[in-house]
Parts: sequence; C-alpha cells; structure tokens
Amino acid sequence: MRAFTVHTGLVAPLDRANVDTDMIIPKQFLKSIKRSGFGPNLFDELRYLDEGQPGQDCSNRPLNKEFVLNQARYKGASVLLARQNFGCGSSREHAPWALDDFGFRCVVAPSFADIFYNNCFKNGILPITLSEAEVDQLFNEVETEQGYQLTVDLEKEVITSPSGKELKFSIDDFRRHCLVNGLDDIGLTLQNADAIKEFEKGHKASSPWLFGAVQ
Amino acid sequence: MAGKTLYDKLWDNHLVQQRDDGSALIYIDRQLLHEVTSPQAFEGLRLAGRQPWRIDANLATPDHNVPTTSNERESGIEGIEDPISKIQVKTLDDNCNDFGIVQFDMQDKRQGIVHVVGPEQGATLPGMTVVCGDSHTSTHGAFGALAHGIGTSEVEHVMATQCLVAKKMKNLLVRVDGKLGLGVTPKDVVLAIIGKIGTAGGNGCALEFGGQVFRDMTMEGRMTVCNMAIEAGARAGMVAVDQTTLDYVKGRPFAPQADLWEKAVAAWSDLHSDDDAVFDEVVVLNGEEIKPQVTWGTSPEMVLPIDAHVPTPADGVDETQQEGYARALEYMGLNGGQPITDIPVDRVFIGSCTNSRIEDLREAASVVKGRKVADSVKEALVVPGSGLVKEQAEAEGLHDIFIAAGLQWREPGCSMCLAMNADKLGNGEHCASTSNRNFEGRQGFGGRTHLVSPAMAAAAAVKGHFVDVREMMAGAQ
Ligand code: SF4
Repeated sequence: MRAFTVHTGLVAPLDRANVDTDMIIPKQFLKSIKRSGFGPNLFDELRYLDEGQPGQDCSNRPLNKEFVLNQARYKGASVLLARQNFGCGSSREHAPWALDDFGFRCVVAPSFADIFYNNCFKNGILPITLSEAEVDQLFNEVETEQGYQLTVDLEKEVITSPSGKELKFSIDDFRRHCLVNGLDDIGLTLQNADAIKEFEKGHKASSPWLFGAVQ
Repeated sequence: MAGKTLYDKLWDNHLVQQRDDGSALIYIDRQLLHEVTSPQAFEGLRLAGRQPWRIDANLATPDHNVPTTSNERESGIEGIEDPISKIQVKTLDDNCNDFGIVQFDMQDKRQGIVHVVGPEQGATLPGMTVVCGDSHTSTHGAFGALAHGIGTSEVEHVMATQCLVAKKMKNLLVRVDGKLGLGVTPKDVVLAIIGKIGTAGGNGCALEFGGQVFRDMTMEGRMTVCNMAIEAGARAGMVAVDQTTLDYVKGRPFAPQADLWEKAVAAWSDLHSDDDAVFDEVVVLNGEEIKPQVTWGTSPEMVLPIDAHVPTPADGVDETQQEGYARALEYMGLNGGQPITDIPVDRVFIGSCTNSRIEDLREAASVVKGRKVADSVKEALVVPGSGLVKEQAEAEGLHDIFIAAGLQWREPGCSMCLAMNADKLGNGEHCASTSNRNFEGRQGFGGRTHLVSPAMAAAAAVKGHFVDVREMMAGAQ
C-alpha cells in the first residue's frame, strides 16, 4: 500500500451532510472486477447531468457546472472537505477507490460512517475527524480564499492552514503506523499465524460445529 | 464487576489478540461472498500467491447482478444479457471453482440474496462471527451472532488469515417495550427506531435490540430489524438467543445435528446480555405507539407515520437539517405539508434482503388477495429472496394470488433494491419499496424511493398511493 506521511494539497469543499457511498460511486460502476478506473465516475450523479454507464468515455458528457469538482478553482484538489456522516450506506470499497483514482488523498469531516472510515485506511486515504466548529471554519476559509491548501502531517497528527494555524487530529496508533509505513495488513496479520492457529485449536475444541459443515 | 453484554461475550469469544492501541485480531467463523465485492479480493490473493486459510468458512452466491426474469435465467450465466454483469457473475463462478469454495450458482435453487441464504441454510449460527462484503450483513445478528459488513480489502484479509483487524465498538441498547398493534410489522419498528435515533445514531456502536417486542418477534422479523441496523449507523445489530432462535435453526442443512446439536444448544444458552450488563447508551421506544411508517425523503431517517404530513424545510432542527429537508423535498418532488397518503405510487417493489422472506410474501399476499393493482401503477414486482423461498411461496399458492392481482412474480436476487440489473425506476418515478435505502438514484437514476413494509407496499399497489394498510385489513370498515 502507498504510504502517507505529509501531504499538501488544494482543498475542495463538498457542503452536504450524509454523503452516502451510492453518491460517491453509483452502483452501475460496481460491475467492474478491477480496483482502478473509477475516478471519472466519482460523484457521477452530482457531477454530470446525464446518467453514466460503465465503460463509457466521460470526456463529452454534460457537466453540472454547479458541482464543486467542476469548478475551475478546485481543479486538482486532493483534500476533500466534507460534512457529517460522510460515507454512510453501502460497504463498497469502490468509494475510496474512486476518491483515490480521482486524486484525493485525504478527507476531512466532522464524522464518518464506520465501514467507509475503515476502508479508507486500506487504500492509503486518510480520513480526518475534526470538530463541527473546526470544519465550519475550514469551509469559510476555503470558500473565501482561492487556491486554499492544507498541509496534513500524519506522524505529527496536525493540519496546517495557509495562515499557519494548526489543528490537531488523532488516528489510532496501529492504523497510523500502517499508513505511515504503507504496510500490507495481511502480511502483518500473518506474522501472527501461530497465535491464530492456537486460537483456532481451542475454538474448534469448544465449538466443533463451526468447522467443516460447509464443504 | 458488571456483567457482560451480548456483544462483549461475542467479542471475547473470538478475540485472538488484543493490541495496546485498542485494535485487535478477531477470529471469523463465516464469510459470505457475492459477485460484486469479491473479485478484487480473489485477485489480491492470486497476486500475492496466497490460499484461503479455511475454505469451509466461506459460502458464495451471486445476487446483486442476476436477472430476475425466468427467460433470462433459463440458460444460466451465458443467458445474462448485460455483458458486464455476466463477466462479474462468471468471475465469481470461476473464483469459487479455482479455490474450492462452495457456491450456490444461478441455477441452484438454494441461490438467492446472501443474507437470506445464509440463515436459511443454517450457515449462520448463534454465537458466530459473520462477515460479508456487504453492509447488510448486520442481518445475521438476529441469531445472536456478531455480524457486520466489511470492505473488499477486508474480504481478502479474512480469506487469507481467517481474522479481521477490529476495534471494539460501544454498546448501544434499543429497547422496544409493549406489544405491536395489528398491521404494524418489524419493518415499521426498525424505521421508527431510525426515525428516532437518526442514520448516524449508532455510529461506532454494536446495537442490541431488546425488549418485549423483539422477544415476541419471529426470526424473520428479527432479521428485518437487524438488517437495517446499518441504516441507523450501527455496523452490527443483534438480538439475544432464545427458544425462537433454536426452533428456527434446528434441522437446517449446515446446522449441527444430533449430539453436536445438544452441545451447541448448551453453549448458546449464554448468548444474551447479563442482567447487570452496562450499555454505553440506551434508547427506549413504546411498541404500542408505533404506526405503519413511510419514508418521504432521501435518507432512511426521513420517515414518518402514515397519518403524518411531509415536513417543510423549516421543520428541520438546525441549518444542516433544514438544507437537507429542502434538497430531499426537491429531489422527491414533494411539497412540504402534503399528507403522506397523497403521494402517488408509480412502481412497487416487494423484495430485498430486508423483506423477501416467506413471512414477508405472506404478509403482502394477504393484502392483495382478491384485489387488483391500481391502473396508475406501471409495474409491481415481487422478488423472492431465494429459490427456496420461491418454492415455498409457490407451494402455498402465493404466486397465484400475486399474479391474479396483477403483480409480477420473479426469480430471486437483489433486483430493484439497487437496480444493478434491468429492474429499475425511471426518472422521477415514486416507488413503494420494501428495501432498505432511499438514497438518491438508489433504485434507478432520478428514482424516488419510499421505504415501507410488505403490507404497506401491497396496500399502495392496490390504491395507487400510500394508504394505512390497517384500514384494508380484515375487519376494517
Ligand atoms: S437486497 Fe439490496 S441491500 Fe440486500 S444485499 Fe442485495 S443490494 Fe444489498
């Protein structure tokens, strides 16, 4: 997995609560058996005026000019500023895949849905939770200042705004460690294969019906 | 020391390793697989040259993409008209064959929606940890299991290690006391709960449903409720094990038999929260007060009793909610203040992992029996949750009742719940749907979903608009 240490990038504000994963990447694109290529369809129904089809060339589709990612000033954004309960709904990992493919490295919001939050870490995207007041403040700053960038330092757990103001955030040690070092979860877990086998032995002894029934 | 909650017990029973930072390795007993969220996981295994840790812990069936018309189903995978869907279903088939994983393929009568199939086969058992790359895995918590959705990377992780890296969640108890009135169903109960606590109400929590209403509820009802725990923000929902649970599980194909059954029952007797268990949060509702529910907006928390009026933006409690209401009203094409019963219905969908089991179909059939779908309704679909549910319904003659009333009787799958196959809403159409999500575009581009119980969907099909099903039930004037 790609490591995340320090990232500086342009911020795009998505001023809407409860953005669900159907909105992030609509279901017709879930038919793909790949992990990549979802970027052009990120926020498809908000971004375009027509209905998107999988495999279609998106370059000539009619754009919704109002939508934040279609505004010239946010072109190339890599930090998404969002509202509460971002990523609710379906567990589809296609949502972080699409954000990643589009170029987002970090999402900042007052709260995230659990599964989405988890999925971000598996894909080198950093979800940052700040207070409602801090997020409000960032929305104000982004909207008033062209070219507004934030610097996110994961090791120090701090975001720095253009004015030099610092906001603290916190990420679980284990998740931070994995993301900072770009570690593959499975490899890490398999280092504990003996502990898993040991547990499995006891589990099988106490609950034998859980083993071997489906074959 | 305080007692343990059901969730605490399930967690402790599966804890392989606790880490200092609060994260842990949890052992997974069952993984359910379907075609949409598994291909990238299998590909990951292959690229890393890994084998599944325990093949017998996995069970697969295609559901999201499969066509539901018998014509298109006849020739199996080859007959799927949408070429991209076909590749996905084929990929699941190939992967299961390559890795030796049991799959109920499209032609198998045990095929169906994963969350219907697992319990039906006894592949979901009390005390298990169950995962699936699908957020409605919370359904399986109805069995006193710890069950939740995971992402595709985690699907691969579970296949390779039989474990999940997890962090213990908080304990939330939702208690519904008293008795439900006639015509009020498990779907209404869970919608009322979501209306009360909101779609983020259970974030970070494992949600246990307790109280008399759930003790009285059938297993299918409990599955309907746990299914939508995720719509309240809780990854996992659960109900304690009792005699109702045991009666349901006993004799199912993958359930323990004979001596092993007795042993299992003894082990399962502890699968409830202790009397002195402490919950981080407790929410209480009175079952007697719950009426049939209808969602009016684009989030499951935008829900009201059938006799209510659609809110106006000014009814929102804060600016964010007011904006949300305004946006939802516009998308749904509704006017603030109009009665819910005035909302016309263009299509009806009875199905999905929330409401496609035999009791759901019986409930809907009892309402449409001897009646006709209103002329203004363009299409009304009944999509059973599995081949076995379909078989059972046909044995009871329910399909004849539906067909006589003008509803279509389909093959099992997710169908119009998320419209990945040909079953979808047109732009601007209102749908009375027994599914679980009313998000924008969920059932088709521009489609307008109203979540209801099977009885309420059936009533709406007959009247062409939402109506209180209690007025149409036997004995009503
Ligand atoms: S029926 Fe709907 S909610 Fe259930 S698994 Fe299928 S798509 Fe998901």
